[in-house]
Amino acid sequence: MPSNKSVSDAPIVQFTNCRILRDHQLQREDLWVREGKILNPEKLFFDEKGSADVQLDCKDGIIAPGFIDVQINGGFGVDFSLATDDFKSGIDLVSQKILSHGVTSFCPTLVTSPPSVYHQVLPQISVRNGGAHGAGILGAHLEGPFISKEKKGAHPEHCLRTFEAGAFQDLLATYGSLDCVQIVTLAPEMRRSSEVIQELTKRGICVSLGHSVANLSQAEEAVQHGATFITHLFNAMLPFHHRDPGIVGLLTSDKIPAGRRVFYGMISDGIHTNPAALRIAHRAHPKGLVLVTDAIAGMGLAPGRHTLGQQVVEIDGLNTYIAGTKTLSGSVATMDTCVRHFQEATGCSVETALEVASLHPAQLLGIEHKKGTLNYDSDADFLMLNDSLYVQATYIAGKEVWRQDVSGM
Amino acid sequence: MKLIILENYSQASEWAAKYIRNRIVQFGPGAGRFFTLGLPTGLPRDHPESYHSFMWNNFFKHIDISPENVHILDGNAPDLQAECDAFEKKIKAAGGIELFVGGIGPDGHIAFNEPGSSLVSRTRVKTLAMDTILANARFFDGDLSKVPTMALTVGVGTVMDAREVMILITGAHKAFALYKAIEEGVNHMWTVSAFQLHPNTVFVCDEDATLELKVKTVKYFKGLMLVHNKLVEPLYSMKEMGAESSQSKKPYSD
Repeated sequence: MPSNKSVSDAPIVQFTNCRILRDHQLQREDLWVREGKILNPEKLFFDEKGSADVQLDCKDGIIAPGFIDVQINGGFGVDFSLATDDFKSGIDLVSQKILSHGVTSFCPTLVTSPPSVYHQVLPQISVRNGGAHGAGILGAHLEGPFISKEKKGAHPEHCLRTFEAGAFQDLLATYGSLDCVQIVTLAPEMRRSSEVIQELTKRGICVSLGHSVANLSQAEEAVQHGATFITHLFNAMLPFHHRDPGIVGLLTSDKIPAGRRVFYGMISDGIHTNPAALRIAHRAHPKGLVLVTDAIAGMGLAPGRHTLGQQVVEIDGLNTYIAGTKTLSGSVATMDTCVRHFQEATGCSVETALEVASLHPAQLLGIEHKKGTLNYDSDADFLMLNDSLYVQATYIAGKEVWRQDVSGM
Repeated sequence: MKLIILENYSQASEWAAKYIRNRIVQFGPGAGRFFTLGLPTGLPRDHPESYHSFMWNNFFKHIDISPENVHILDGNAPDLQAECDAFEKKIKAAGGIELFVGGIGPDGHIAFNEPGSSLVSRTRVKTLAMDTILANARFFDGDLSKVPTMALTVGVGTVMDAREVMILITGAHKAFALYKAIEEGVNHMWTVSAFQLHPNTVFVCDEDATLELKVKTVKYFKGLMLVHNKLVEPLYSMKEMGAESSQSKKPYSD
């Protein structure tokens, strides 16, 4: 068909025979892509009198925005908290491998580490677009060391720190640079945390509350100063109590500033949280739920011993413990497994299960105008899934970067 | 005129769709083009209530039409009358309209040719009647001030030049207009009545739309359904086009 595209000569691809996730619903619509972005076909038709150059039949599959993992510590033998010589190739390996899990953007996460690790590793992490080489990097997630001793979980106690003395300057000195940092997890009950939270928020860094013994008022104050996320809800915080709900109470707090939403990460691997607890959280505040994997180096590898920063971790099936203890330390779940498990445990709709792994993390990071949706002019990072939510193919910027082998490997 | 009476909205729609399909196949598309009728002025193209959006969502995006073959009057053109004149020229250049498909308003209007429109009018800017504005208010949250007051429309004369005219009328609220259109005289207050003077008209309606007609009229045309259904059976397809093209398209003449 002759076409007279006045805006651009780039090829236009039309994905047909599919159901796309748009406006919170699976709609029977075609998906149009040009130059790495989702294209508005009506505008193309009337304004440019253009039409598709390539039409791809999706065999009635589901097309959803690519998953965004904001808490992943490593995988496939790579540990982001270990300052190795080949750190760069390690992060490249992980970003390439997680494409098969449906992740198109992620935040490499560093657990509590000595300052030397941050100073060596952080300069090697750069924000970059995804592509055939791997998922895009949105920025680092620094989980610790400004966390509570009582709720350190798998984090090494000797590396914990406070910022009592110099507040933000202490934090900056510890990390070295905040250039590529997207999220910082800290315990808000620490002295001078308000100043730190404000300073971080001012720089566009998302502040998350976690590994903390804060009560609800302390948590609310942190939110008022700018905190917007909770790191793995329920884990490494005080349990919900009906007279002081603690951080968990933020889900239904009435002290959240108008126009803001508190998001909370959940590891829905079936181990970190009892499905009933997952359901309670989801029902209390469905729009804030963000699925994370909290995956560690052992993810994707055979069971056995692996490292997580300064610690040694033992993997047995889906369980990951600090070697010799029963302290959970990260997970080996993949993002698509989490999505499927979440849907099963909560009985929610397919649309919801997909949104908690795509739209909500994008909203948390304030990037939903270009990621996390299939809206016109968004980045064309998307997945083709079957009805059981198994990823069949992954696309970044409109190009196929991974496809399920027909043999099922 | 052929009056095709089906039981309900779905059946009427299906009959009309099949008829149009057969006519397209017989027409032997190649240089086939079509034009779309009317567009209220004052609405930006991407307004959800614009005809562009309506036609895209309900028609164009489901078919493989080439965008160059779509001609919709542009209500935002700088010179509206020139836009209308150009439209008429394009119709002529395309060889004239083979089949015009339209509906009818409760006030008997065809396209936006409101009561009082000249029966020989051409494509032009037309002020909308209050009835039409009220009827359209529901698309603008009931706010009358937001409803466009003018529209570009093909004229009655423009439609009369088409080789065949098909009008779809469903629902009890259109019954009186249908009565005025086919059982009373040709009158510019009910502009659809102009088609009584057209050699080749098909009215497709449902039972509810016949409520104001004489029982005699309804019985006569229902009795002809056996013959009329030959227009939709067999259903032609583009693949068999070669073999069928020599067949005559009408089982009888008007």
